[in-house]
Amino acid sequence: MEASLAHTPSAETERLVSVSGLTRQFPVGRSLFRRATSFIHAVDDVSFQLSRGDSLGLVGESGCGKTTVGKLLVKLIEPTSGHITYRLPGLDVGEGTENVPVESADISGGQLRAFRRQVQMIFQDPYESMNPRRTIYDTIAEPLAVQGMGTVLDRVDMVSEILMLVGLTPPATFLFRHPHELSGGQRQRVAIARALVVEPSFVVADEPTSMLDVSSRTGIMNLMQQLAHGLGIAYLYVTHDLAVARYMCHRIAVMYLGKIVELGETEELLRNPLHPYTRALLSAVPVPDPGHRREPPNIVGDLTAPIDPPARCRFYDRCPLATHHCRDNPHPAFEEKAPDHWVACYEV
Amino acid sequence: MITPPNYTPVPGPGSEPPVMEVGHSRIRLLWARTRLALHSFRTGWSIFMESRIGVLSLVIIGIFAIMAVVHPILMLTIWDVDTYDPVTGYAFDQVNQPAAPSWRHPLGTDPLGRDVLSQLLWSTRSEFVLGITAALVTVAIATTVGAVSAYYGGIVDVFFMRLADLFIALPGISLLIVLSALFKLNLFYLALVIGILGGFGGTAIILKSQALSIKVKPYIEAARVAGGGHFHIIFVHIIPNLLPLSLLYMMFTVTSAIFAEAVLSFLGLLDVRMSWGIMIHTANTGGYLMGGTRYWWLVVPAGASITLLCSAFYLGGRALDEVVNPRLRRRHD
Repeated sequence: MEASLAHTPSAETERLVSVSGLTRQFPVGRSLFRRATSFIHAVDDVSFQLSRGDSLGLVGESGCGKTTVGKLLVKLIEPTSGHITYRLPGLDVGEGTENVPVESADISGGQLRAFRRQVQMIFQDPYESMNPRRTIYDTIAEPLAVQGMGTVLDRVDMVSEILMLVGLTPPATFLFRHPHELSGGQRQRVAIARALVVEPSFVVADEPTSMLDVSSRTGIMNLMQQLAHGLGIAYLYVTHDLAVARYMCHRIAVMYLGKIVELGETEELLRNPLHPYTRALLSAVPVPDPGHRREPPNIVGDLTAPIDPPARCRFYDRCPLATHHCRDNPHPAFEEKAPDHWVACYEV
Repeated sequence: MITPPNYTPVPGPGSEPPVMEVGHSRIRLLWARTRLALHSFRTGWSIFMESRIGVLSLVIIGIFAIMAVVHPILMLTIWDVDTYDPVTGYAFDQVNQPAAPSWRHPLGTDPLGRDVLSQLLWSTRSEFVLGITAALVTVAIATTVGAVSAYYGGIVDVFFMRLADLFIALPGISLLIVLSALFKLNLFYLALVIGILGGFGGTAIILKSQALSIKVKPYIEAARVAGGGHFHIIFVHIIPNLLPLSLLYMMFTVTSAIFAEAVLSFLGLLDVRMSWGIMIHTANTGGYLMGGTRYWWLVVPAGASITLLCSAFYLGGRALDEVVNPRLRRRHD
């Protein structure tokens, strides 16, 4: 399955991150004296690839496991099974091993340090993702300081430069403020600055605009676009908003209950959605036209927590197209139904 | 550093990109930090001073601090050592001991002919040293134990929390009595024991529960993504956010340390030259404690000092609680 997922526009060596069969389960009801008997299948057999300068939008409802994918990719949590391989500068294990892919599970010690320099994350909540007792300078310089990059005075310069880059000018007025003295949009700019100050090649952005009001949202998205193009950073953009994903990403992956159900080029996927869940998501996107009569989404029920889900298609219970075939067979395989457009469904 | 090829910062006025005065900011690094510290101190100070108990406690502690400073000055100037030394002095000018308060001895003398005021002032200093040492030991232990056990969880957490249960279950004063029988317990060791008892006991549990709520904050994850190790996260992110609460429990520890010292001295179990507890002990062994109010100067100054200083630190802690815990603050509307 992984091999067939090759993303054509980029060569093998340009591939930064490959994820195959990634699975993460969380035990439910475990205690000191009791072993967990059931598991939440937060991420279940997820595969995709990201190349240099690429951007992939991970779209789905709350609780479908998209943030877990993001955290797995930055090694905040470890996968239950499956592989993540990185091809990042500075991650080689010795002479002549440049550009050899490295397994996520093998990264530790000094390599982890190099990894943290290459892979960064922008967090969802600009209010809680900064230590309230530390200044903006401390927060942005933290990756530099813990990785021993530059002297203190160098860091002041580096932080000032990155502050200008994210549009917080003049930097001197921001350096020694505390987070609570900034607005939400300014804080999210600081969060972006912190992720970019080590010049990473891959950034996981976990809904960086979801806590902001609409006006600052556009500013942040434009900023991220500019920086992504300018610095050639690959993004995994986790969001629940298809409009944001369309604006930000080359490709979109739609997740449902821990599975990627559809993946394709942004415009192709939005123009020609194949999976019933993607169609329902698209029909729920508001249209700024009072005369527009929206078709009610033809799916029923709610998203449930994927605790020990049955072996059939994850979407079976809510699917308008479901048949006996869907009920009696395991979750459908990921197939290329159109050029570069992958869907996991028996009925399309 | 980062020079994106096709991105230039938004041009400032005059179409030139904003120039950052780098040298200027270097000089400001230290100054800005000092100003920040001053600012947050001033904010906290004004909240503290708004509460009456805070002011009251400061005034009382201040008076005792002056008392502690005054004694050596008096000994060097107007008090001669033979008469006024708190331990070896003897009031030759008095016929009967204990002598009632007079001009030469404002708080009278004790049954051994020593000046009570001198004893009172001399003891103040050691009470401060004892209280503050015990408090520092408690807070250093409790903060580290709380942060470490919350951060690592699992077996580390179980170990420290069961240890805390054990320390809570230990009867403090009885344990100190046993210890003082086994070892020569001077003020420093007493402070150490009280600090350890408090540090591994209840205070550690309270600080751990606070650390648990800090540990799950997204900025801890952000620090991990930044590459921070366990040590960095515990000492740079968790402990600084615990410190306000630690400071509060420091105040309460001072109270319990002074009180414990008084009890042990009263029982005559401490290896201390002079203290408020020993003053009452002396009155008691001479049989003057049962004499009603007739020999009040033997008991009241020391007793009142213990009560006042203990309550001052306790009230100060309560006032500090309002600074630390915004939910307790009075609304200004």
